[in-house]
Amino acid sequence: MTLKTNLKNTLLVIFATLILSACSTAKKSGDIEGDVYTGKETVEFLAAGVPDRVFFATNKSSLTTASRATLRKQATYLRKNKNLTVTIEGHADERGTREYNLALGERRANAARDYLMTYGISGKRISVISYGKEKPVNPKSSPLAWSQNRRSVTVKVN
Amino acid sequence: MIKNLFYLIIFNLFLNSFSYALIEVDITRGNLDPLPIAVSPLHVDIKSQEIKDIKVKQLGENISKIIEKNFKSTGLFNPLKKEAFVQKPDIAHLKPRFEDWRLIKAQALVTGKLLIKDEKLKVEFRLWDLTAAKEMTALAFTTTPSNWRRVAHIISDKIYERLTGEEGYFDTRIIYVAESGPKNQRIKKLAIMDQDGANTKYLTLGNELVLTPRFNPTNQMVTYMSYFRNMPRVYLLDIETGTQEVVGNFPGMTFAPRFSPDGKKIIMSFAKEGNSDIYTMDLESRLVERITDHSSIDTSPSFSPDGKFIAFNSDRSGLQQLYVMRSDGSNVKRITFGKGIYGTPVWSPRGDLIAFTKMHKGRFFIGVMRTDGSGERLLTENYYQEAPSWSPNGRVLVFYRETKAGEKGEGFSAKLWSIDITGYNERKLTTKTDASDPSWSSLLSK
Repeated sequence: MTLKTNLKNTLLVIFATLILSACSTAKKSGDIEGDVYTGKETVEFLAAGVPDRVFFATNKSSLTTASRATLRKQATYLRKNKNLTVTIEGHADERGTREYNLALGERRANAARDYLMTYGISGKRISVISYGKEKPVNPKSSPLAWSQNRRSVTVKVN
Repeated sequence: MIKNLFYLIIFNLFLNSFSYALIEVDITRGNLDPLPIAVSPLHVDIKSQEIKDIKVKQLGENISKIIEKNFKSTGLFNPLKKEAFVQKPDIAHLKPRFEDWRLIKAQALVTGKLLIKDEKLKVEFRLWDLTAAKEMTALAFTTTPSNWRRVAHIISDKIYERLTGEEGYFDTRIIYVAESGPKNQRIKKLAIMDQDGANTKYLTLGNELVLTPRFNPTNQMVTYMSYFRNMPRVYLLDIETGTQEVVGNFPGMTFAPRFSPDGKKIIMSFAKEGNSDIYTMDLESRLVERITDHSSIDTSPSFSPDGKFIAFNSDRSGLQQLYVMRSDGSNVKRITFGKGIYGTPVWSPRGDLIAFTKMHKGRFFIGVMRTDGSGERLLTENYYQEAPSWSPNGRVLVFYRETKAGEKGEGFSAKLWSIDITGYNERKLTTKTDASDPSWSSLLSK
């Protein structure tokens, strides 16, 4: 009986510790939400208020709500600048095999391209290139750096 | 290529030696008790002529050192220190005093002699079973003196074959990507070296990003991926002539190339609109064939040695797993169901196993499994490693391993490593620079 209670208490303590430690990690990497980078570091701008990149979850190429908002801004900007063509660079983090990551980068770049096209930008104006894990923007080996490296970046060509 | 330079003359001395051999090395298990072997320096004939850039007087010693290094790297042999040797090389080569060599605990002895005459290097060697007090094998050959390192590798291969019953893998090369510069601005060049790290040559200048080089079966051609003119494509390179060409005329990225076992086709991935599928191109007819047609990523294809099957990597189940199909793309079967995700399947040259990279709980493993996915064995675990490539005898894997990087990328390195498929004998290879994406050649002198 007492043993059982003791065990229960111990478990409660462990559980509480787990919650606390989970909170502290979340606080430290406050710029990551569900594995997707949400911060401002590394982000550049195509024009004032038009961020050049969107971020992805590990092994994923789906666009988050924030990514879609960024891409809509890019679409508006591209509609205003009709002669502009862009390349979307797709990237992966370093925690995957090289060949798969090349394919993954291509899929991410195309996810961004497809979204721009649904907002009326001609596919002819948007080329894509995948760099896989070959061009990290943050060279550190940490979850934060990896989240910044899982990205697609819209780059002006002309 | 250099094959023709070698005129192998097999002595008839060893004809009666097979039946009584007592020493034998079992390589199917991890070897915790390596065979003590004495490699006597090869005797240099005093009539040998001088050759530019070669230290002829030390040649016998240097060849024996390379043989020792090869043996040591297998983990199967224990080359004994030369200080303890009891007989002069030329006398030992005629007929060793077996009891004296047994005294220093040697079980096998290698002796030899060489002569340089008329710009030709003549070498002969003998392998002696000291326990049975007999010659096991003997061989003589002639080549150009500049090939002296290959002489050492060929001798190593012959002895390895005689003692293990398996083909050797010393007279081989490794092609890889030489890396330099900071992690976020890496410069990558194609490089080729002898299996022991000697004779490094760079095949590209580093102006563009190059990845994943792989030999064709005759080791004269290499297929690889290059970002030349910022167009990521699969290329074909003739090592002798330096001629390069794009493989096929694809309107997008092609990657993950390998040769078919007959060397006639290149198999690779082509990425289009977010979807990567597997294609082959016949190098003669230029005919392109689509092998997979699936909305997921299909990549890292590798033929079975008989050319009938293809192993590949796909995320059609949601995450990266390994699959096997017929070479026409039919009969696709998933073979990995274990915990974690899998990449880079590579079919063993013996046909019996598939080597792979596994990722699980933030760790990376190199492993092997049977071709139906059963019998998975993880050989090595680390922070990051991938891309195994087989030794031509299917006994050793070479792969690359990366270390963690700090704030500014410091502490990062990429190196080539090898491990026996027994899981024993993990070793770092000597490379001049950081290195990744290794591909092991077949035997050069076959």
